[in-house]
Amino acid sequence: MKLITAVVKPFKLDDVKTALKSAGITGITVSDVKGFGRQGGHSETYRGAEYQIDFVPKVRIDVVVDDGDADRVVDAITSSAATGKIGDGKIWVTAVERIVRIRTGEEGPDAV
Amino acid sequence: MDSGATAWVLVSAALVLFMTPGLALFYGGMVRSKHVLGMLMQSVFAMGLISVLWAVVGFSLAFGGDGKFFGNFDFAFLSNITKVTTVPGYTGDYALVVPVLAFVAYQMMFAIITPALISGATADRLKFSSYALFIGLWGVLVYPQVAHWVFSPNGFLFKGGALDFAGGTVVHISAGIAALAVVLVIGPRRGHLREAMPPHNLPLTMLGMGILWFGWFGFNAGSALAANGLAAQALLNTHLAAAAAMLGWLLIERVVAGHATTLGAASGAVAGLVAITPCAGYVGGMAPIIIGLLAGAVCYAALKLKATFRFDDSLDVIAVHLIGGLLGSILLGFFADTSVNSLGFDGVFFGGGTELLWNQARACAITLVFSFVVSYAIATAIHRTVGLRVSADDEQIGLDQSQHAETAYQS
Repeated sequence: MKLITAVVKPFKLDDVKTALKSAGITGITVSDVKGFGRQGGHSETYRGAEYQIDFVPKVRIDVVVDDGDADRVVDAITSSAATGKIGDGKIWVTAVERIVRIRTGEEGPDAV
Repeated sequence: MDSGATAWVLVSAALVLFMTPGLALFYGGMVRSKHVLGMLMQSVFAMGLISVLWAVVGFSLAFGGDGKFFGNFDFAFLSNITKVTTVPGYTGDYALVVPVLAFVAYQMMFAIITPALISGATADRLKFSSYALFIGLWGVLVYPQVAHWVFSPNGFLFKGGALDFAGGTVVHISAGIAALAVVLVIGPRRGHLREAMPPHNLPLTMLGMGILWFGWFGFNAGSALAANGLAAQALLNTHLAAAAAMLGWLLIERVVAGHATTLGAASGAVAGLVAITPCAGYVGGMAPIIIGLLAGAVCYAALKLKATFRFDDSLDVIAVHLIGGLLGSILLGFFADTSVNSLGFDGVFFGGGTELLWNQARACAITLVFSFVVSYAIATAIHRTVGLRVSADDEQIGLDQSQHAETAYQS
């Protein structure tokens, strides 16, 4: 199993969710995060005093899938989250050692 | 007794009171979220403490007796107040046409908001108990004296020919310079100029500005102490100055910093309201628009003062209230027009020469010196004894938790 983590632009969340549902994904976890990358931050001015805002708000999506589905899911996120402009985000895939469905105690692919 | 005037002054008292929670929101939106309740509380608490002090001794010190320099205790604890039909000095052309109790209540609301204005400069770092002590002492030792000198026809500045329709010197200059004094005593917020401290909720600030603007009609037009043409003139002047000052601030901000901002619109409007306060019942025509435009531009430029002198006037009380108040008081020396108010004097532009201008400058200077010295002394005395500032830890976790054991926004 693989854990796919994507950090995307917040306004793309709905598109990504729709794409993942179409790809047969049954559950995702979403969190509001902030950070910086090549996009950098922006400046804000209050009463003439300029502040540099370094952290940009993003949405983080975590989804665990079977090994065989990983590439398809990554592709689905890539195509649905892309705008072509700087700051579209990143996707990374990590190996998952164990997964348990809490309600039933099922483990492995059955628990995904 | 004039029932129309009485109704208007009573309503004006309520309007002016409403400015203080408006000020709380105006300031509260500009601080960081961990300090917002502390900021709101400092304004609201003045409604509690200063009201009681005003009834006990403040009104009497401001309006009791015939002294040129000080009031007396004739009206302390509101004694004798129902036995008189006017207060000392308010006779002849100045005779009250409203019940003395309406005058007591109306003036009380001014006494409340004035020390609360100071709290913007000292945001995020005052110990609540020490703040309470400070405004209590200030509300007895500073405000009533300046009110006596300038507002009471017995006061030496009034007799000396200085004009202040609704409190340019009494309210804005006295509070603005006191803000500077306290800031010099307590020093800057921790992290000042090193970390970003942007406003946490500008919608609150916009709402607060709206309440201030609304309440200011009572502040300035109510100061006519009558429901007549002069009150109408003061109301219109107040509105036009606020409108023009918003435009003046936004224009210069757009040119200098690149954007017209919501905080700029709110700040500009308040700067205009401050500047028109001394002038409201003495000028007419396009004067309020000129005064407003100048206030917006000059107060924006005055923001640079704190960068130059490196003091931490956190929410720009000096740039808006001190500079705005000084500007309005001095401009009155140019724009005052006796065809608007025969009890005033003509300024430079209306054939009065420089006499009024000189009297205005003198009243400003005396208010500046008196309020600065006494405020500095009160602040120093508190700071050296019980301490005026919170501890570093308390400042770090925020006034809301450290001073009030509350959190504004539950997540």
